[in-house]
Parts: sequence; C-alpha cells; structure tokens
Amino acid sequence: MGSLKEITTTDDESGFMATQVNELMNWGRKNSLWPMPLGLSCCGIELMAMIGPKFDIARFGAEAARFSPRQCDVMIVAGTLTWKMAEAARTIYDQMPDPKWVIAMGVCSSSGGMYDSYAVVQGVDSILPVDIYVPGCPPRPDALIDAIMKLQRKIERENPLKRVLEGPTELDESGTGIFAKAPNMEVKTKRYGTYMGDSGMKDDHSTARAKEES
Amino acid sequence: MTASEHVLGLGWDDVSAVEERDGMPTLQVAPQRLRELLEILKRDLGFEVAILVTAVDHSPKAPRFELVQQFLSIQNNERLRLRCPLEGDNPSAPSCIDLWPGAAYMERECWDMFGIQFDGHKNLRRLLMPEAYGHHPLRKEFPHQGIEPDRLYREWERSRIERAAEREGQEGVNS
Repeated sequence: MGSLKEITTTDDESGFMATQVNELMNWGRKNSLWPMPLGLSCCGIELMAMIGPKFDIARFGAEAARFSPRQCDVMIVAGTLTWKMAEAARTIYDQMPDPKWVIAMGVCSSSGGMYDSYAVVQGVDSILPVDIYVPGCPPRPDALIDAIMKLQRKIERENPLKRVLEGPTELDESGTGIFAKAPNMEVKTKRYGTYMGDSGMKDDHSTARAKEES
Repeated sequence: MTASEHVLGLGWDDVSAVEERDGMPTLQVAPQRLRELLEILKRDLGFEVAILVTAVDHSPKAPRFELVQQFLSIQNNERLRLRCPLEGDNPSAPSCIDLWPGAAYMERECWDMFGIQFDGHKNLRRLLMPEAYGHHPLRKEFPHQGIEPDRLYREWERSRIERAAEREGQEGVNS
C-alpha cells in the first residue's frame, strides 16, 4: 500500500481525509455491487427492468450485470429454482470471487412460493447462504432496488479487516465454497401424502376437503 | 367417409368407437392391434401429424394405464383420438416414431412421467427429470411434494465437497 511519507503540500493544494480501513473498504464494496443475473422465470423480466434506464440501478452502482460469475459480487436468484437447476446455481455461486452476497428475489426463490412441488427447491436458502429476501410475485423493480439498498446497509456493518488479519474462520461459508454447516438443513417441509403401500393418497388435501364437506 | 368409419368398417372386434368428447372422434383399441391401426392411419387415411401422445393413470382401477394419442389429417381436415388401455404397473406399448418422428419427444415425456415403455423407440431417455431420478411423477401414488426431491442434489454436493477437500489436501502437500 506504500510507505508513510511526510506531507509536503499544504491543505490548500490537496486535501487529505482521515477514515477507518473498514469504512473505506465497505464504502467501495457497497457502491460497486456487480450483479449476477440468474433470471430463471418471470422475475428475470423485472430484474431487467430494474437494470434498465427507467428504474436505473446505476444510481446505486449496481448496473454492471455480468454474465460471467468471475466478475460478480451479488447473485440475484430471480425466479423458480428447480432441483435440476440447483447444481448449476451452486456452481455459479462457488465460481464467484469473494466477497459475495445473494439476493433471493420473489417468493419462488425465497420459499418455493406456489410451487409446492417435487421439482422445485423450497427456498434457495437450502443450497445457498441468502442475505436478502424480496417478497412479491414477481416483485416490482422498486422492491428490488430496496433490497439493494438494504444490502448496502448490511455491507456497511461488515468487518472485512478482521478477515484479512485473522484469516477465514471455520464457519466462513465463502472462499472455499464449502459449507461448514449447510444452512436450513434441519428445516423439513411438511408432507401431506405418503408413498405407495402406506396410507397412499388418503392424507391428501382433496380427501381432507371431501371429509369436511360430507 | 370419415376415418373412424373407415376403421370400424374393417370389422376388427378389438376396435370400437367410444363416447366423443369436444367433437373429436374417438376409438378404443386393444394394444395388440394398435401398431396395425397406426400404420393404416399413416398410410391409407392421410394423418400427417401426431398431435399428442400422453397417458392417463386410472389407478386403482384396472387396467391401470390408458395411452391416448391424437392425430391430425391436414388434407382431409380431420382429427382422430385413440385410447389404448394398458395392463400392469409397468406397461409397454408400440412406438410410432418411425411413422411420425415428431412423436419421439412426446413418447420420452410419457416414459418420464408415467413409466410407459415404448417398444421400438431408439432413444427412450427421460425428458424433463434428471436421468438418475428414480420415480415417475405423474403416477397417482407419487406425492406432490416428491420423494426425497433433494436426493440427487445432495449426492452431487457431497462429491463436490469431497473433491474440494482433496484439492485442498494436494495444495497443502505442494506448498
């Protein structure tokens, strides 16, 4: 970073300012968030609207969407993530350089949404560490801008210097791409039906409704 | 003479007309007669397009599955639906991809979702679900939230973590 030098100029010619390293790093990080647009369904259209000139996310320094994960800071999972796509999404996340953040955009990526299904991941937090959840189906671009601003507030509270000095901790999820502990592993979705041989379809919604009506 | 009248006029006792829905003539055909009938539809009756190949699971009734195929004749402005009951839990039916190559994807989807084998299909792989997926999701006994839906992903994740740990170990030796 250079060595200490005696200041030979006066304040009038070129000023200087005092700050903390953490503040400076966080300021740089939060104002140059490059999103990785993982547009998986209709949320992707709202994501494009947010990046476009009308909503203009360039005001927050996050307009440079890159389609290479190597150049991205924040992954925006926009839409329905299926289990077949989950491996690709996780690989993209692992390929992003540190520091990195994840926004789960829309109810599908936040919780599975209306797709209470065998094919859809019930919330991307079962495979990725999510920083911000955005509700909506799909959310308006304003809501996503709000998420970017909330992520900026979150980045302000981070302590990057500690990580530089002390190295990554055991629970650090980023960097190696290995989870020490998979997030939300203990959360199991409630099953209404059981597989054949057991009670079969009897516990299904439709049967329960038929019972109530009769 | 319409196509269904022509087919019924052949005098086969295992082909019969069943109730019409949404104005489409419908024939019920036994599986051993299906292949012969398909060849007649393509060769003599001018059905150029296979619109649909799908199935119905009538569980717990027997016969359990019913193969449904719809065809369109552009030259005669005519449509025809075939229904073919299939016995057993793991049934098979003759493939029609040599007559209508466009039906290949629909037969693959039908295999993926219902587990119906198509004899003579050259590339009968799953279409929508992953290749190692062990179930047929549109069967009635399949619960809508799936059976271990994350199994394949967790297996992949475990191997990825092992590979990463291996790589880390090698780097440690070299440095």
